[in-house]
Amino acid sequence: MGTLKLDGLNKRYGASTAVERVDLDVAEGEFVSLLGPSGCGKTTTLRMVAGFIEPSAGRVLIAGRDVTTAPPYARNTGMVFQSYALFPHMSVGQNVGFGLEMRKVGRAERDTRVREALRLVQLEHLAERLPRELSGGQQQRVALARALVINPAVFLLDEPLSNLDAKLRAEVRLEIRELQQRLGLTTLFVTHDQDEALAMSDRLVVLENGRVQQVGSAEDLYERPANAFVAGFVGRCNLLAGTLEGQGRFRLDKGALVPCAPDAIAGTLLALRPERVAITPAEGAGDLVGTVRSVTYLGAQTEYHVDLDGTGILAVRPTPPAHDPLRRLASGDRAALHWEPAAARLLADDPLDRSSP
Amino acid sequence: MSATLTTQTPAPGGLAPSAWTDGLARLVFRILLVAAYAIIFAPMVTVAIVSVFDQEIVSVPPPGLTLKWYTNAWLQRDFARGFVTSLQIALLASAIGVPVGTAAALAIARGRFPGREVLNTFLLAPLAVPAIVAGSALYLYFVAAENLFDQDIKGTLGGLVLANVLLTIPWTVRLVGASLAGLDRSAEEAASNLGAPPATVFRRITLPMMRPGIVAASLFSFVASFENLELNLLLVGPGRTTLPVAMLSYLEFRMDPTLAAVATVQIAAIGAMMLITDRFVKLSRVV
Ligand SMILES: Nc1ncnc2c1ncn2[C@@H]1O[C@H](COP(=O)(O)OP(=O)(O)OP(=O)(O)O)[C@@H](O)[C@H]1O
Ligand SMILES: [Mg+2]
Repeated sequence: MGTLKLDGLNKRYGASTAVERVDLDVAEGEFVSLLGPSGCGKTTTLRMVAGFIEPSAGRVLIAGRDVTTAPPYARNTGMVFQSYALFPHMSVGQNVGFGLEMRKVGRAERDTRVREALRLVQLEHLAERLPRELSGGQQQRVALARALVINPAVFLLDEPLSNLDAKLRAEVRLEIRELQQRLGLTTLFVTHDQDEALAMSDRLVVLENGRVQQVGSAEDLYERPANAFVAGFVGRCNLLAGTLEGQGRFRLDKGALVPCAPDAIAGTLLALRPERVAITPAEGAGDLVGTVRSVTYLGAQTEYHVDLDGTGILAVRPTPPAHDPLRRLASGDRAALHWEPAAARLLADDPLDRSSP
Repeated sequence: MSATLTTQTPAPGGLAPSAWTDGLARLVFRILLVAAYAIIFAPMVTVAIVSVFDQEIVSVPPPGLTLKWYTNAWLQRDFARGFVTSLQIALLASAIGVPVGTAAALAIARGRFPGREVLNTFLLAPLAVPAIVAGSALYLYFVAAENLFDQDIKGTLGGLVLANVLLTIPWTVRLVGASLAGLDRSAEEAASNLGAPPATVFRRITLPMMRPGIVAASLFSFVASFENLELNLLLVGPGRTTLPVAMLSYLEFRMDPTLAAVATVQIAAIGAMMLITDRFVKLSRVV
């Protein structure tokens, strides 16, 4: 096991840039996810770490050693591919033993370690099977065992769960996290599924257009997004354009004056999580009164789209009990909105203006 | 929601038309399937049947059945010799063409050099030229080369093998190339990731994964060369004739079911070879 350091990592394809100046430190035993929309450069970054893509600039350090120019087979990373990439002509046991064979581990020790690795993923009984005789989830676990058995310095996973059905995905993601913690694996995990990333990671790296938008824990990203992209990508968020008018007061472009965090000193965008917006049927007392545009019942939760002087605001509340007057709220009704000022953070940039250079 | 559900509930009578068209579609499909197989197998079956008709000019129904055409074919030593020559040529041409074609297919699929497309087209070109034209051209070349080097080429085993390599290389490039195109590179990357240097990756992963394509290429190369008539027509020499050419010469003088007997043996030989191959590599998965 070792640390992983990316230092100004950059990859250009002709005129376009796939990955731009990515800096990242992964501590020993830490689980870090690369999260971002399709095409943002996650796979490219991971493959530069594994050595399949040569960076245009920057360095990769594994366990303190500069491996930027080292070939993949000399890097000691354990990678799990999206398609599993099992060797179709080898049995499960031979697949798992391949890395040990390459490391010239003797037959007896190899057999023991293969059996151990297969026990770890609960596939001991299938060692003799060929990959095509396994289910998708089982193949996935063989790929995990094959990457783990060599004790890699870093463990790399590229969307390993995307070919599994929803139920299995939730199961395997717990298994991976558990294994990772038990073995203390330094892990870089690629996904575009934010639930997956939030649930598994110690820290997350949000990428967009090849650039790091924010690095932090799940809570950091959700509660304190660095910019509009992160706010909109991780969870849902009301992003309201306007200007700061005084301490704790924000004037929306369409006219309404709303409360914002008192410590906000600048920003043209108010970020407000929908579940932080309380809604009550208007009694005249509320200071922010809007018109309900739609009410969507979703079982445990109900979504309210409210028009506040021309600005649409989404509120998500736990579905109120049947006798609650809120339950009778319907589109066209007037309703008052409240939120803690501290829940409304100001962000600098405008998502509509994010055309890449 | 509930409204759409109600309208979607089929009335008992509403099911009948769709079941009826379904059944019809399945029937039409079966008929087409049988027809397709009939068209493919009819000539072979006809040949086999005619080969036991007891008469010289074929008519239906035959006066009786006999195996005398097989005896006759055996007694005509040209056929047996032609069979052996064809076998030699096909084996040697495959033994040369398959490795060369495989290497070329690898270079075309994996290499990064200018003119890959051109090389591909060039190597497939012999299949596009009518074999009789290629055969004539080779004849002229061989004559010229013979004069130049003062060395027999036409009618020698070497010359015939050389010509037949023009069949086996394109077939191999095409079949191995197709199998390489469908090959998942990530297995090779996984091996590399696990510590295997490039040569080991090739030997332990790439080559075994290419095996079905190479087997198919060997089989098709062999068959293409073994049953080829036109390319070899002008290149055979006295005492060295291929089986198809021997059959054509026989046809010039006589037209009895002896040829049907020879063809039946030929078909049986190729069929047996396919069955044997299929035991090692499932052909249905290869082609
Ligand atoms: N070989 C290449 N040549 C040119 N551009 C490339 C190449 N490989 C990737 N790119 C570009 O680099 C960008 C990043 O690609 P990458 O595969 O890293 O995305 P990703 O974040 O993994 O996306 P996904 O979630 O869809 O897998 C994309 O815009 C892609 O089009
Ligand atoms: Mg990707």
